[in-house]
Parts: sequence; C-alpha cells; structure tokens
Amino acid sequence: MSRPGRDDSPDRLYTLTGGRAHATPDSPFDLVTLVVAECDPTTGMQSEHAAILRLTQQPTAVVELAAELKLPVSITKILLGDLLAAGRVSARHPRRAAVPDPDVLEQVLVGLRNL
Amino acid sequence: MDSATSEAAAEQASQPASAARTPLGATADNGLKIVVVGGFGVGKTTLVRSVSEIRPLNTEETMTRAGEHIDDISEVRGKKATTVAFDFGRITLDARNVLYLFGAPGQERFWFLWDRLFSGTLGAVVLVDTRRIDDSWYAIDRLEHHGTPFIVACNDFGGPTYAPSQIRDALDLDPQVPLLDCDARSRASGKQVLITLVEHVKKTYANQAPVRDQDTYAPHAPVSEQELTR
Repeated sequence: MSRPGRDDSPDRLYTLTGGRAHATPDSPFDLVTLVVAECDPTTGMQSEHAAILRLTQQPTAVVELAAELKLPVSITKILLGDLLAAGRVSARHPRRAAVPDPDVLEQVLVGLRNL
Repeated sequence: MDSATSEAAAEQASQPASAARTPLGATADNGLKIVVVGGFGVGKTTLVRSVSEIRPLNTEETMTRAGEHIDDISEVRGKKATTVAFDFGRITLDARNVLYLFGAPGQERFWFLWDRLFSGTLGAVVLVDTRRIDDSWYAIDRLEHHGTPFIVACNDFGGPTYAPSQIRDALDLDPQVPLLDCDARSRASGKQVLITLVEHVKKTYANQAPVRDQDTYAPHAPVSEQELTR
C-alpha cells in the first residue's frame, strides 16, 4: 500500500543522507527529544536541514519533525545528527531513568487532571 | 498493510504539513511517552485525538533486517525492511513536561521496533474491543515480556457488556493490572484512562526497589547541561 502524501522512494532517502540508511545505534535522539534551532537557515543549505531549522524555532520533538518532513524517524535522526554536530541545533533529551522519578510522575498526574 | 494507522495519515495528506502547527513553549525540556496499543479499528487514533492538543500526526519507522523472513516486507537494496507506521498526539502538561501519546498497531512486526521507538515509555494502554478480545493477547504478552507497566481499557462499541471478571479471565490478566471501560471519543474518558495508567505506574514503581538496573542510561539523574548540548 502506498501511503497518501508519503514519498517512499528509497533512492530519495538514500540521497538525503549521503547513503546512510540508519542513525548509528548510539544516536542520542529519542522520539521525544526536543530539538531547538541555534541558528537560522542559510542559503545553499540542504533543504531538509533548512526545514528543520525553521520548524525548531520553538522546541519540537523528533517525532513531530519526522511527521512534518514526511520522513521516516531513522532518516530524520541522521539529519538531526548532522545539525547537532555542526552546532546548529541543540537537543533536550528526555530525563530517563531506570525507574521514573516519582516527582515527574506526580507532575504528569497534575497535568492530566488539569486537562 | 497498516490500515490501522491510515486514518491520521490520510488526514495529514489532505492538508498542508504546517497548517495547524501549535508550537511548544520555549521552556519545554522533558518529553514523556505513553503508548496506546491495540488491534485494527479498536479506536487508538480516536483515543489519541480525544485528549491531544494537536491533530494526530502520522509517521513511520523502518528497520532493515538482512535475510530474515517477515510478512509484508519491501525489498530495499536486497535487504528486507520492516516498516511500522504510528499516529501520535501531544499534551503539554506544564512549562517543562510534554506528554506524547502514540497509537501503535499490536501486530508482530511492531514489536521488533519497540525498543528503538518506545524504550523509556512511562507505560502502555491496551485498548480492547470486547467483540474481538483475542486481538489483545499478543500485546499483553509482549508488554509483560518488556516489563512495561500497562492497563487495559475496553472501548465501548455498544456491544454486549461483560463483567470485569469475564474480561480478566478471557485475557488471563494479572489481578493488579487495572481494567476499565472507556469511550475513546470522549475527552473526559480518555483523560481518565491516562490518569489510571499513571497512577498504576506510580504504584508499580513505589512497590519496587529504588534502582532496578544500574546499567541504564543516567538513572535518576536529571539531564545535565552537557547532555543538553551534546
């Protein structure tokens, strides 16, 4: 099935990332890592990089970027890795712990009850 | 294939990508995950939509696995790729915490990608259609295997009602796993489902030793400045 609106040509994805198919296993990005632009797009920049910088003027999760760019999550992470290495974005990773912080759980409950 | 998630995909395709973007506040710095798992047509996207502050979005993750047989594969450069599509929504909880809700199919190939996508998730909601209760067995088994706290929510389709004990028996559910009825279309009901889950998560971890796994990335530690900019 081809998903409407989705460009599923592998060649395009291959070209976008210079042939890299997957983010490295130690990619620091989680689905919900919040990404923030540290600079404006410049002329001549790869269009996907420019699009990410526009989308991340406010904190934006990796998964939202993937959806907006209509790219698989793994490809989005590769593009983000390039921008992060170049200092063009910063990343706010989820505060992960072996056991969720009880304070955070309480904050989640308060937030949900206020919905 | 993934018709279970096509609803948000179709919606998304019909509008310009950024038509309804609602940016987060500048201070948001902690993303949290809850996953809604269930079979086709059980109402995952409906539940996500009823509580989300954004129109549900759709995206996908692909994993290439050399030489293994999986159903519904596409050939990419001689390797077999499995693709899982999922919908998600968002709830801003406060100035820093943002909760992402993922509606994900429960079928077999989805679980190959669980660790990549949903590690660190707070917990899961297994959404059940009591007319097709068998659809949920596999998801429950996998969640138990992954040690992910979960609750079971029965979406009300106006079919015959069953006593909770009947549903528990049919699902072979542990007594401590919360079971509730819901109406996925209702914001109040969806909210109650999420609150029930987080209360269960809280109780689950309160009953455990403080640190289970010392190898896990940054146990208990808030993200340092260094991490933020890495």
